[in-house]
Amino acid sequence: MSETAQRAALAPEVSPPQKKDRGFLGRAGVVGGVLVVAIVVALLQSGSGLVVWQSVVTGLLTGGLYGLIAMGLTLIFGVLDIVNFAHGALLAVAMFISFGMVQATGMHPYLTLVIAIPALFLIGAAVHRGLLSGTGGSSLENQLLITLGLSLLLENGLLMFFGAEPKTIALPGDFQFPLLGAVVAGSRLYAFLGAILLGALLYWLLRRTRLGTAIRAVAAHGPGAELVGINVRRIHTLTFAIGTACAGAAAALAGPLVTVTPTLGEQFNITAFVVVVLGGMGNVVGALVGGLLIGLVEQLTTIYLGGQSSLLGVFVVFILVLFLRPQGLFGRKAA
Amino acid sequence: MSTITIAGPAGAEKVKAPPLRPQNRQLAILAVLVLIAIPLPLILPPAQGAVAVRILIFLLMAVGWNIMSGFGGMFSFGHAAYFGLGAYTSAYLLVKHNVSPWIGMVAGMAVAAAAAVLIGYFSFRYKLQGAYFALATFAFAEMLRLVVTSSAFANKAVGFTVPLIPDSSLWMLQFEADSPAYFWVALVLAGAAVAISIVFLHSRAGKYVTAIRDDELAAASLGTPVMRHKLMTVALSAAITAVAGAFYTQYYLFVNPELGFGSAVSIQAIVPVVIGGIGTIWGPVVGAIIVGSLTDVTATLLRTPPEFLGFLQGRSGLDVVLYAVLLILIVRLLPKGIVGTIAARWRR
Repeated sequence: MSETAQRAALAPEVSPPQKKDRGFLGRAGVVGGVLVVAIVVALLQSGSGLVVWQSVVTGLLTGGLYGLIAMGLTLIFGVLDIVNFAHGALLAVAMFISFGMVQATGMHPYLTLVIAIPALFLIGAAVHRGLLSGTGGSSLENQLLITLGLSLLLENGLLMFFGAEPKTIALPGDFQFPLLGAVVAGSRLYAFLGAILLGALLYWLLRRTRLGTAIRAVAAHGPGAELVGINVRRIHTLTFAIGTACAGAAAALAGPLVTVTPTLGEQFNITAFVVVVLGGMGNVVGALVGGLLIGLVEQLTTIYLGGQSSLLGVFVVFILVLFLRPQGLFGRKAA
Repeated sequence: MSTITIAGPAGAEKVKAPPLRPQNRQLAILAVLVLIAIPLPLILPPAQGAVAVRILIFLLMAVGWNIMSGFGGMFSFGHAAYFGLGAYTSAYLLVKHNVSPWIGMVAGMAVAAAAAVLIGYFSFRYKLQGAYFALATFAFAEMLRLVVTSSAFANKAVGFTVPLIPDSSLWMLQFEADSPAYFWVALVLAGAAVAISIVFLHSRAGKYVTAIRDDELAAASLGTPVMRHKLMTVALSAAITAVAGAFYTQYYLFVNPELGFGSAVSIQAIVPVVIGGIGTIWGPVVGAIIVGSLTDVTATLLRTPPEFLGFLQGRSGLDVVLYAVLLILIVRLLPKGIVGTIAARWRR
């Protein structure tokens, strides 16, 4: 594949005819409409408003976490053009860091945030400097393969050292509270609030700080950014590190919600990719909104099909978006 | 390369034999390799024989993936779909209807090729390229895994166990446990796959396909039927991968959703080709031998680890760690793979 073809492949210029484009509000309306229909169908299927309401609440709360994970992934894509297959594995690494800290020191799980975030930031920086930096001009396949190799390495490294048996991170003083009939676990609510807060922080960082401006400049046009004196390589490393730190944050927040296994990153990775495509590759706000949507889709699929198939709905949405609107629902390009 | 014999100068003793066309030269090399491989199971200890069979399964998968992603430039992340369809179709026909695995294999090839054409048609129609195409193929494979896991038709998460028959039978593709026959069958299948990939690459269709890979717009503007050749390529690739799946099931006598459609299967199809060299004839062969032997080395290492690796005893994951390291090193240091790099040096 030629260089230009690759660029085109990474950022397909699919611009539908102007009159067909409904605009941002129109698209949001369509999405909202589809959601309403989906919820009504779920209501008919289950026959219980309470079940559906519970799903909607759970879906949205989980979706916040998906959003945070996907924000990191989409940031890396938007700025570096790297489809990072190791994102989920890095998340798993962070979970084991969190688990290890709780085990070793008995500290509160959320306190591990202050370790997981910087640790993953440093790991991200090291990974970029050591493995990915300098492959900027090389083929898409090579970057895919390096991150794929890295994810295999991390996952199986964890498997070797910690074994496959699932572990749990208990949240001391976790509680359940009712929300208009639905029951919400405190840990889920905290995770959601934390994810939204950190997501907002990242948005502020990108929009309101010099670093953020530099990152957006590099995303918009690397050579131009270089010309005005921005150290593009440094920005790339920082961006990759920040993106990875998002996974670290999500891991510490999600720890009490999941059983920790070396391969748990895989599923988050898949979901995060779907969210990224849904929100528009490189679009940080889109990632957060997409996360909420995918959280809902997952829960509603469980109502339709039951049990193990929650991912099936996610994939159906994924394929539809890929085919019909590959630039994502909200269609802006860069962060 | 010319095939016309040019007579030597008058009076010359020997008329130089015409050089073989590259296609025939590669087929000749293949024939020699197969001939060398035939006695292997008689020489090797049984444990090594199993490794040799595994290498041939890797080889089939690698050749299949290489046709689509190497020659065709369509980077697939979902070859597990075709492997799984091959495995499940043959297993289903055998278990439920007692159909010979050979017929099951052909049926599996047809099913996988049809699925590939369908997936390919939509992907190309909507112009999915690069990362988007890779992610879409991945999604299709995962969807198949989930569907199979939840459908009673395919025994849900349990999968299929191939029933044992009392006697060896080529028709039922079942022999005694350590019989060299498994190796020979796999060798014939893998040899045929490599031969097909050689013939395909040098055929008119193959030339179209590589032209489309190198510059689709230019190829299309010169009148290449792009869609038809892309679909032909994915169908061929899927069919070969399905053979690997069908043989796998018969050899290990078992398949479940994870073994058939899991993402690890897709990775197993990709890694040997990357190590050997994407888009080369011999890359998959070299890669499969390396990856296949590696899995044996690590298995031995885990069973009886040396002193300093004692903590590894009984742990899983080492094999994948090793080939992940190999994968990263090859991509960083020899981006064209082993065969690709050697070929590039040779030409210089």
